[in-house]
Amino acid sequence: MIETLQVYFQYPFVRYAFIVGILISLCSALFGVTLVLKRFSFIGDGLSHVAFGAIAIASVLNLTNQMLLVLPLTIVSAVLLLRTGQNTKIKGDAAIAMISVATMAFGYLIMNVFSTSSNLSGDVCTTLFGSTSILTLTRNDVFLCVVLSVAVVALFILFYNKLFAITFDETFSKAIGVNTDRYNLFIAIVIAVIIVLAMKLVGSLLISALVVFPALCAMRLFKSFKAVTLFAAAISVVCAIAGLLISILAGTPVGSTIVMMDVFAFSVCYVFDVIFSRL
Amino acid sequence: MALLTLRNLSVGYDKDIIVQNLNVTVNAGDYLCILGENGSGKSTLMKTILSLTPPIVGEVILGEDLLRNEIGYLPQQTLVQKDFPASVFEIVLSGCQKASAFQPFYSNADKETARRNMERMQIADLASHAYKNLSGGQQQRVLLARALCATKKLLLLDEPVAGLDPKVTNELYDLIQRLNKEDNITIIMISHDIGAAVKYATHILHIGQHIFSGTKEAYVKSETGKLFMTRDAT
Repeated sequence: MIETLQVYFQYPFVRYAFIVGILISLCSALFGVTLVLKRFSFIGDGLSHVAFGAIAIASVLNLTNQMLLVLPLTIVSAVLLLRTGQNTKIKGDAAIAMISVATMAFGYLIMNVFSTSSNLSGDVCTTLFGSTSILTLTRNDVFLCVVLSVAVVALFILFYNKLFAITFDETFSKAIGVNTDRYNLFIAIVIAVIIVLAMKLVGSLLISALVVFPALCAMRLFKSFKAVTLFAAAISVVCAIAGLLISILAGTPVGSTIVMMDVFAFSVCYVFDVIFSRL
Repeated sequence: MALLTLRNLSVGYDKDIIVQNLNVTVNAGDYLCILGENGSGKSTLMKTILSLTPPIVGEVILGEDLLRNEIGYLPQQTLVQKDFPASVFEIVLSGCQKASAFQPFYSNADKETARRNMERMQIADLASHAYKNLSGGQQQRVLLARALCATKKLLLLDEPVAGLDPKVTNELYDLIQRLNKEDNITIIMISHDIGAAVKYATHILHIGQHIFSGTKEAYVKSETGKLFMTRDAT
């Protein structure tokens, strides 16, 4: 088995997949804790569908660098979605549902009408489930991913205390003069970046898993915010590595394998929690 | 010199005025209770004082030696906090967040402030406990300690005893009174509990159909006060 892996690791695309997988799972877990606690678990889903729509537009327009269109569109949607959290006209979850199905339908529609590819359903499947795209990463993809991930982690560390305070009690922070709107905007932008990056790894349907599961695992076992954050990051990276290894050895689709590992980790944490709280 | 002055203040949401034409002066060391029925605009008034909601007419004037970020606030608990994974120390320390200066990490002085305020609230031994596993009274002490990290002068409390049992309620009231008497912290508190208001407060602001603002002694004798107290007793 180890020999097989050694053979695989000689290929750069396998090494790229691991680098990207580890970084993305780390970033998504860090901000996942905040999202889950702010009751925005589904924003990952909504935004990834927006990104799906944007990718469809980009491929119809035959853009060479899809990121140039996908990233700004997703960021704008993230800002709008997180803003509706405070607006009462359309409630947060309804807004997410609306935007996510609308953009997804639109994306599939224009992909179908203006199809340039001979294998449409294959393209759609790849975007939705990320089935092979992580193994087709180019050097530039990896470079972009590394730069953005490092930036995300650095920002997280710098704003960790503010993030905690605002997530726990936004009103209090605002009352003592913290510009919470600015931080919410910042969270929205970072989330959008993470989603766009994570689409490569697990595809747009499974992104919520990367955001939600590590945080939920950690919240089962730990009671302080710092411990929850650290454990979420750790378990997310472990699941990503395990998922990638299994998918290489067993030939399973990468995205779904990683998500299955997350589900497995959650059940283990759940059982642990039940046993230890009984003791 | 007044610590806080409300001048011709009307508060509400959007363009709907809930409370009109308030003129109130709060001096350092006062203990002001804001009374009124549900929906009379108590919380909105407090949010306006904190500049969370803009005033519709009039203004909130802070005294010269009171800065915007020197007001401690104890909001009502939110649903999010009920199952929030955080230790007591983490929460109290978050009261030290600085609004203006870019300071990503808490200093040792901040941590010392947090520890001192936990001792003041008699929760030092709970520092590493999970907030969500505490009793309602302990949780309020944690949030009070956090508010104290943000201020030495003025505390705004939004129904601090909501949902607490009588014993814990009295303990919390005593604690708040000690902050007012011994540490000379000005208190502005929203309350439903007219008995406690009359017992502890020095001043009363009653909002609703009839507005009353003045000392506790005057309130007890006033028509509004009498009406509200007898209704409450029945």
